[in-house]
Amino acid sequence: MTTTQRPPTETAALQTNPPSERRRLRLPFSPWHLVLIPLTFILIVPLLWMLVTSLETEGEANRFPPVLFPESPQFSNYSEAWAAAPFGHFFVNSAVVTLVVLVSNLVVCSLAGYAFARIRFLGRGALFVTLMATLMVPFQVTMIPVFLIVKWFGDNVWEGLGIDHIGALMLPNLATAFGIFFLRQFFLTVPVELEEAARVDGTSRIGVLFKIVLPLSLPALSTLAALTVLTSWNDFLWPLIVITSQDQMTIPLGLSYFQGAHRVKWPLLMAANVMSLLPMLLVFIGAQRYFVQSVASTGLKG
Amino acid sequence: MPALLRRLSRTDTVSGWALVSPAAILIGIFGLLPVLMSMQLSFQKSDLLSDETPWVGFDNYKKLAEDPVFVEAIKHTLIYTALFVPGTMLVGLFVAAALNRSVRFISVYRTAAYITMAVSTISQGIIFLWLTDRDYGLVNAALNSVGVSSQPFLASPSQALYVIVAMTIWGWTGFSVIVYLAALQGVPPELHEAASIDGASAFTRFRTITVPLLAPANLFLLVWLTINALQLFDEVYVTTRGGPLRATTVVVYYLWDRAFVQFDAGYAAAMAYALFVVILIVTAVQFRLARRHVHS
Repeated sequence: MTTTQRPPTETAALQTNPPSERRRLRLPFSPWHLVLIPLTFILIVPLLWMLVTSLETEGEANRFPPVLFPESPQFSNYSEAWAAAPFGHFFVNSAVVTLVVLVSNLVVCSLAGYAFARIRFLGRGALFVTLMATLMVPFQVTMIPVFLIVKWFGDNVWEGLGIDHIGALMLPNLATAFGIFFLRQFFLTVPVELEEAARVDGTSRIGVLFKIVLPLSLPALSTLAALTVLTSWNDFLWPLIVITSQDQMTIPLGLSYFQGAHRVKWPLLMAANVMSLLPMLLVFIGAQRYFVQSVASTGLKG
Repeated sequence: MPALLRRLSRTDTVSGWALVSPAAILIGIFGLLPVLMSMQLSFQKSDLLSDETPWVGFDNYKKLAEDPVFVEAIKHTLIYTALFVPGTMLVGLFVAAALNRSVRFISVYRTAAYITMAVSTISQGIIFLWLTDRDYGLVNAALNSVGVSSQPFLASPSQALYVIVAMTIWGWTGFSVIVYLAALQGVPPELHEAASIDGASAFTRFRTITVPLLAPANLFLLVWLTINALQLFDEVYVTTRGGPLRATTVVVYYLWDRAFVQFDAGYAAAMAYALFVVILIVTAVQFRLARRHVHS
């Protein structure tokens, strides 16, 4: 299949783009590499320098001009950093918070997005406008009352939802107006005939949503998932406000705490930093397509 | 028949609300209610902990206008925004233009440019503290190698804010490159071909074809980056804690400090409302101005 398709595309490329093809015959590579290599190198220098420092001895790090290549890589920095703070807790907390927030957002926003897209119900327009209005309110404006509300939930509903518990990190983020808007827009593009057929067969609204609409909406759900994971995983201000105990900290907060305790031990700090970054970098590279789309989708919000 | 219709629409209303209610309740409690509570709080005195919140009228707002730290924080925030927003847009456009071609390994180059998006603000801050370290930093080594003496950077009241500008531009490069690359890929190549047949230079083609077609991306980034710049917090917290000598105390940092360090929540709520109004106005003005520009 692929072998039969290939030749035409190659000849097409030759026809539409003869100058670059001729140049490629002279140079073994496109001259653009001479621009792109230094450019991208400069962009990732901060990350590379973090990696280099994480493998140096403290003596090497405190030398000027800096040592660019450590004599023998100190992998022990990683185990030492891991032992110096409860990083295991930080990772588990971040993973649990992100997972709960992700699943909740996908489910709750799907339900609401579907209702707003397909069901005519009393008060729909007014409710939609009211919910969307929250898109204009930055978190910094509401964080003080949100703190008070979460504190109330901890005192009156369940301790695990209150101040200094990871439940407090999930509770205000379980649904977002953006998620509803984004999924509603996508559901509107799903052909309604498919749903009508199922409805005539007696399938319930929920059944139609889960059996027909959501399977067709995987690209939109993945994009929303990427955005939610990135936001939740890297969130800092809200955890800083509600969490004080080490065993309830997420990675960014734990890393900031670690920084306070080991201020000038740069190799240790950088090893901790590499470990903190790794999960998100791997997820990002693996699902890059959806992260790229999520940026485009935030454009709808602006 | 009308009875049946009414019955149908009633069941629709029930099922509609059933599906919407989890989201409506959550957003109501954590999105809408706080807007009202914030307003109420801004007319009260509150330490966040005790239940006594005496009514003080407009006192918090009056205090705000006379608070030299707040005025300073506004100044820092405006300077930061005025440099960060165009800086990020220029860097993003430049990198995206370089990445907008089909050469081998282009996806690797693009990933390298996007990756800053995945780096948390805290990781980023720690890396830049080390890069710009006064004594052992890589940046000072680079400066020395071209004959410039070492700079204190984040340790200097006159330089710290600009270091944070540079640092956050790096952090937002991935985001702006993605936006511009998507816009550039939407420029039909036939336009460029036709113009170059007519003898237009590469620069002329860029100015007369590409730039106008980038207007929507510019508008989006302008608004989005401005909103985010006015909310700057994490990067300041992790690098300078608002210092040295309050040189990097921006509005949200001061707001957080007042509310959660000094427990002066009523005053902080007034500050939050002032910030809210500013963000709404700035966004509306940018939309108004840019829309005129996009259509012309």
